[in-house]
Amino acid sequence: MASYPNEDHLYEMKNKTQSDRRKFILNMARGVGITALGGFIWSAYVDEVTASQLTLRPPGAINEVDFLKTCIKCGLCVEACPYDTLLLAKPGDNKPLGTPYFIPRDIPCYMCPDIPCVPVCPTGALDEQSVTTDGKLDINIADMGLAVIDRETCIAFWGIQCDACYRACPILGHAITVEYNKNERTGKHAYLTPLVHADACTGCGLCEKACVTEKASIFVLPREVAMGEAGSYYIKGWDKADEKRLEDASEIKTTTEISKETAMDSLNSDSEDLY
Amino acid sequence: MNTIWNKYRYLLFRRTTQIGLLFLYFGANAWGWTILMGNLSSSVLFNIVPLSDPYAVLQMIIAGAALATDVLIGALIITMFYLVVGGRAFCSWVCPINLVTDAAAMLRRKIGVDNFAKRQPASRNIRYWVLGLSLLISFAMGVAAFEFISPISMVHRGVIFGFGFGWAAMFIIFLFDLLVLKNGWCGHVCPLGGFYSLVGKNSLVRVHHSEENCTLCMKCKVVCPEQQVLYMIGKESIPVLSAECTNCARCIEVCDDDALGFSIRKLVNDKKRESNNENND
Repeated sequence: MASYPNEDHLYEMKNKTQSDRRKFILNMARGVGITALGGFIWSAYVDEVTASQLTLRPPGAINEVDFLKTCIKCGLCVEACPYDTLLLAKPGDNKPLGTPYFIPRDIPCYMCPDIPCVPVCPTGALDEQSVTTDGKLDINIADMGLAVIDRETCIAFWGIQCDACYRACPILGHAITVEYNKNERTGKHAYLTPLVHADACTGCGLCEKACVTEKASIFVLPREVAMGEAGSYYIKGWDKADEKRLEDASEIKTTTEISKETAMDSLNSDSEDLY
Repeated sequence: MNTIWNKYRYLLFRRTTQIGLLFLYFGANAWGWTILMGNLSSSVLFNIVPLSDPYAVLQMIIAGAALATDVLIGALIITMFYLVVGGRAFCSWVCPINLVTDAAAMLRRKIGVDNFAKRQPASRNIRYWVLGLSLLISFAMGVAAFEFISPISMVHRGVIFGFGFGWAAMFIIFLFDLLVLKNGWCGHVCPLGGFYSLVGKNSLVRVHHSEENCTLCMKCKVVCPEQQVLYMIGKESIPVLSAECTNCARCIEVCDDDALGFSIRKLVNDKKRESNNENND
């Protein structure tokens, strides 16, 4: 009997384990609370910095969402660029931190034929395949963005002769062409206005660099920002390849109250059943 | 002269590797050197060998990135290296933030902050929570979460590619370590340190304590950034088995009694001792 602890002792031990348990639960709750708070702020911040869509990426960059996942921010592409075009986003640049980008108005992409920035990428965020034709690197199929013209400020649209962007374009005559139109205001002059062709433009930004207006009137935007989307239900009937899409088109059938009758009956019923 | 060498040799080596690595990376960008290109997130050694941060790669995989083989091989090489030398050797021999936090810790000792701030109000396990959280956010947001806020890569990139506001991250960590929490960033918060602590669990290079020589002066504990790993000082002749030890070797240098030194861990014996120790606790 003597080996048993007395009742007081037992009570004390029970108290101690109880307070230990409370302490443990409190500590866990505190940890979870702080983690939740930190996690909230952290993910809000990450969401914010990755939301920017106006970032121009190096040639061969995969689509922005995957790019942000895949880029390890090592700067090897930046180091490989011989023109110092590529920059690595610093705190304060308002770009996803540490990722490569370029500002064409400062230094555009000069479209090196050997594309030194792409093969050095260790993660595949810059995809060599996307800038390769017939097993050879081909900068002309790169897609860094798309040049967009502001017709209000481009002086060629005022009737002043300027073909700076046309001349600067490395895919001269394909990515930018010049359109001739009569200048009705003077009646005897021509408008020589630039026109960007989205299928040929690589978004290198040499046009933006060359633009003579105070703030560039032709500028490069990421393609997803610059372009709309027609959607799958419009088909170019005159385009054989596009019309092919019809072959595997599927029907969407909606059934309502009036679908019981044929369309013809429904139309001939004076639409009574519609009211 | 000899004593100065004995007191500071590892510190000198560490600063040389830290600053030397920074210099090589800087030279790659500034002057086109090809010895070590890139930065600590991912680099190329001599234009051939890929080296990558395994923690960053882990986050990217969890975020759902389809990665090329180069970066995976690089992460594997780095992991193998730190499996042997002790994961947190990265912290004290490579990481640029170590320069900042060591400076803060030194100033803290010099002006005696510890004399009136004795209590450490935070747990050293925070880093594992942050580590878990980073993986969770990486999964949920689909991007490598820590890489977007990491002051380590911010500062490292800053040195190589230009700082921007990156100096602010450095300054904040300095103040945090100096005034808020002793060894706050590296010893409590940093998830990369937590990650490498886990990597280095069974590493071979360890600091060994011989109790017979110890005079209990406790200089080692004063200088150690992860004091809890030195629990055996003056008690038992065993190696420092906690993977939170950064192998910085400052304890070896400050010891006047030759009671601490590097040794290769004998895996079988030490494993047994470790588990015995846990049982005793």
